[in-house]
Amino acid sequence: MEQERDNKGIFLSIDWVTILLYVILIVWGWFSVCGACYDFNHPDLFSWETNSGKQIVWGGTSLVLATVLMLIEKRFYDTAAYVIYGAMMILLAVTIVIAPDTKGSRSWLPIGGGQKIQPAEFAKFAVALALGKLMDEYGFSIRKTKDIGKAIAMILLPMILIIAQKETGSALVYFAFFLMLYREGMTGSLLFSGFACVVYFVVGMKYSQDYITDMPVSIGEFTVLLLAMIFTISMVWIYCHNLLAVKIMAITCAGGTLLAMLFSIFVIPFDVCYVMLGLCLLMIGYIIVLAIYTRLIRYGLIALFAIVSTAFYYMTDTLFQRLDDHQRIRIEVLLGMKDDPRGAGYNVNQAKIAIGSGGLLGKGFLNGTQTKLRYVPEQHTDFIFCTVGEEEGFVGSAGVLIVYLLFIWRLIAVAERQTDRMGRVYGYCVLSIFLFHLFINVGMVLGLTPVIGIPLPFFSYGGSSLWGFTLLLFIFLRMDAERNLKKR
Amino acid sequence: MKNHVYDYRQFVLAGIALVIVLCYIIRLAFLQLSDEEYKSRADNNAFFNNVIFPARGVIYDRNGELLVYNQPAYDIMVIMRDVHNLDTLDFCRTIDISKKQFDDRMALIKDKNKNPGYSTYTQQLFMPQISAEEYGVLQEKLFRFHGFFIRERTIRRYATDHCAHILGDVAEVSQKEVDEDEYYAPGDYIGKQGVERSYERELRGVKGVQILLRDARGRIQGHYRNGALDRKPVPGKNLTLSIDAKLQALGERLMEGKMGAIVAIEPKTGEILCMVSAPSYDPHRMEGKQRGMQMLEMQRDPMKPMLNRAIAGTYPPGSTFKTSQGLTFLQEGIITSSTAYPCYRGFVTKGMRVGCHGHGSPLPLIPAIATSCNGYFCWGLYHMLNNRTKYKNIQEALTTWKDYMVSMGFGYKLGVDLPGEARGMIPNADYYDRRLGQWNALGVISIAIGQGEVTLTPLQIANLGATIANRGYYITPHIVKAVEGGKIADSLLVKHTTKVDTMYYNMVAEGMRKAVLGGTCRSANTSMYEVCGKTGTAQNRGKDHSAFMGFAPKNNPKIAIAVYVENGGFGATFGVPIGALMMEQFINGKLSPASEAKATSFQNRHIDYGTRER
Repeated sequence: MEQERDNKGIFLSIDWVTILLYVILIVWGWFSVCGACYDFNHPDLFSWETNSGKQIVWGGTSLVLATVLMLIEKRFYDTAAYVIYGAMMILLAVTIVIAPDTKGSRSWLPIGGGQKIQPAEFAKFAVALALGKLMDEYGFSIRKTKDIGKAIAMILLPMILIIAQKETGSALVYFAFFLMLYREGMTGSLLFSGFACVVYFVVGMKYSQDYITDMPVSIGEFTVLLLAMIFTISMVWIYCHNLLAVKIMAITCAGGTLLAMLFSIFVIPFDVCYVMLGLCLLMIGYIIVLAIYTRLIRYGLIALFAIVSTAFYYMTDTLFQRLDDHQRIRIEVLLGMKDDPRGAGYNVNQAKIAIGSGGLLGKGFLNGTQTKLRYVPEQHTDFIFCTVGEEEGFVGSAGVLIVYLLFIWRLIAVAERQTDRMGRVYGYCVLSIFLFHLFINVGMVLGLTPVIGIPLPFFSYGGSSLWGFTLLLFIFLRMDAERNLKKR
Repeated sequence: MKNHVYDYRQFVLAGIALVIVLCYIIRLAFLQLSDEEYKSRADNNAFFNNVIFPARGVIYDRNGELLVYNQPAYDIMVIMRDVHNLDTLDFCRTIDISKKQFDDRMALIKDKNKNPGYSTYTQQLFMPQISAEEYGVLQEKLFRFHGFFIRERTIRRYATDHCAHILGDVAEVSQKEVDEDEYYAPGDYIGKQGVERSYERELRGVKGVQILLRDARGRIQGHYRNGALDRKPVPGKNLTLSIDAKLQALGERLMEGKMGAIVAIEPKTGEILCMVSAPSYDPHRMEGKQRGMQMLEMQRDPMKPMLNRAIAGTYPPGSTFKTSQGLTFLQEGIITSSTAYPCYRGFVTKGMRVGCHGHGSPLPLIPAIATSCNGYFCWGLYHMLNNRTKYKNIQEALTTWKDYMVSMGFGYKLGVDLPGEARGMIPNADYYDRRLGQWNALGVISIAIGQGEVTLTPLQIANLGATIANRGYYITPHIVKAVEGGKIADSLLVKHTTKVDTMYYNMVAEGMRKAVLGGTCRSANTSMYEVCGKTGTAQNRGKDHSAFMGFAPKNNPKIAIAVYVENGGFGATFGVPIGALMMEQFINGKLSPASEAKATSFQNRHIDYGTRER
């Protein structure tokens, strides 16, 4: 009797908005797969012979999976989270050994019938569950080194295993969990430092060989040092609220740089960066003095940040030269330093042509030439967004992005209304993963982020990824549906 | 339990998502809305325009005899990117070339300097025009030679051994021609000479195209939009020339072993009935892939067989020019039909002497034309140039004279529908002012008898004959009578009336009739129809050129003709008899047995030109 009422309550509590967005994305995705896989010789969209036909099966089974997931109580995950995590880690480890070599990666397990699954796609939900369970434990504090250490170890283990499968792209997705950690109270400076590193790297590399007019000053070096100053001073301002120190440093740095510039322009041209480097060292020394004087660990950390920032440009330059050739070329092409339309940049270039040729309204369903004629490699999986861009134009592709944005916003709202920490942590894990996939996948197709082979959820062709994302999402939706039961 | 301190961070994360999506939408707008370049690059990527060549128009003579037609030929094409695992030796053996030839050809294709349009993705011409037999051998093995394939083309074939200069030829377009006309792509054929060139637009038709979809590996995936945008080729238009193939053949036969030209025109229509330039060559030599070699050989020939002397050769017209002088003097009132000038073996005054042969003296115009009296026409021009009541100075007098000459079609191109026409030379006052400074009538007197600075093309001489035949006008001479399904250019049908009245033309025609009856052209006389003629014996550095200009019949003329034989001596030696035979052939449609024998004898009378460069 009570069970029945529970089920009824759960049904009423299901977040139908999320499910609607989910269905929209899956159906839209199917049409895109049709466009990407359409074969002039096999125009039947529903045949099992074609990818579009198979994708219908993957979509259908996903709905079955979703229904089944809605029947599994949250209590089960609560008890089994670590077991699932452990089992999944073992599966990942075993996969390294038994998986056949597929284009150099050992991440696909054959499941009979010529079909294959990728355990890495399913490991995400296990990690998310385990993290939820861990952080829900009594007394867990993200500010305690031991606790955060456990959480980070839990994230790093599958990453290492997946890297061992030679699926670096999928492994990078686990960085998404740091967004969840940030929400749960991890210091924002960590996230910011990561962001700063990326900015330093991109700007520093891309403009290291460009010079400011008439001056022997590398734009890359100059910008990185300037950013290091600005970031450091901002951090002192935000985290230590020491306005006097901020004023002193800002005036010294800005004044020194400006004077050096003027001297270089009007008197003798010289490399201003030496002066800036000196200013940075001065600034670091000042912060260290402050740290010792105030005995605040924050100053020490900021000093560390400043040291890393200052050294970053010089370190990356050395590091960059040590990379493998193909990796270095990939980065160089991405940064626009090398133009190589037939080589490393081929995928991205063709992707841009495909999208660019779509125009405002696109060429129409099944009318795209670039994607259909296989100019874009991996067009039905990683580069599926090209098909959207080519066939549906700006309206369609911007539409997809907006639906995704709504989807993620909705998941934030749903996560925020969770009554326990496990639900919220799990929810943030899910939405962080979606956001990360969207960021990397669409960014790579648009030529903005590195080419990392990860799918666009619900759009990219493939059963593993579709099931994996469905699993992630519906466990969360079931948890959410139970939120009203607890209150009773 | 809830950690409210960090609640604000949900908005930070929502903001991050918003920023990412906004950045991507802006990027999409840049790619899709502002840049057209991607669109054209996509098209280049995916569309393969398969060109279908139209059949080139064929060419007939005025009686419907086929002169030029098409025959299928096969070009070997190659797409470099697709060439792999090629058994070079087998390939070379199959198409019968050496390994070195193969390597040279491949190197040439890849040389971006010599082959500017080179790309590994596009088809390149490996070897043009292999025969059907060679194609048969190759076809069986073609599947093994990846990247090589056959493009069907047609090559020009000639059904006649004559008319080489008129018909011209076709060959691959030059880079310059590709740059000038976007219709052409490298490897296309274009008319290079003759009507093939001047009627290129009509003959070539319109290329068709199949728009095919090509995948990233260059494989054809089908028709774009099921061929809705494909265009069928439009075949070229057939041409009917005004040339009479039999007359042309006879003319070429008579000119064997000589240099010079014969041009015959139908006076009423301006249609050119024959246009012989000697020495000529067999048009078959320009067929197919041997063309280049044959061209080179002929270009080195000191006799210049490639030169169409009928329109590009400029010669002193000699005495044939006297007719135009008589007309001018009559119209200007310098002479009347009864004005007689003395000639004692020439024009002699103030220490100046232009020689003449023995005949009665003094003579009026008609007998002067009949006997081709030099003195008469020198006196005429002398009086015209020195007439200070009519013209205020000699310059004005000469300018008037020049205007008459130009109205008769001299000094400028007639506008015949063939490439390479020369304009000849009619001096004007300005020319003499510059060249001689102070000058007088005596200094330029030789222009009255078609010598000195005056030069005409054989076509202009024939056109003079046509003008006299028409008694005062000519239609622009043209070689194409009809274009299939169209019409010839209006500029070719313009009636040009000269500045001289018909009644004066009648007098000159009478003089030309007298020349045939009892003057210099006696050997052209026949009882079958009334022939009018005028000889020319043009002095030059070597032996005199032998010339004849005439028309027949006198009333309602059917043919006007000019014969010019370089270094042939007196006009009566070669010009008159050849002209007579040509007129007989055209008017009667055949030669009498006696004339046939005469033709053979003239065919065999060769002139020794030595080997000096001309």
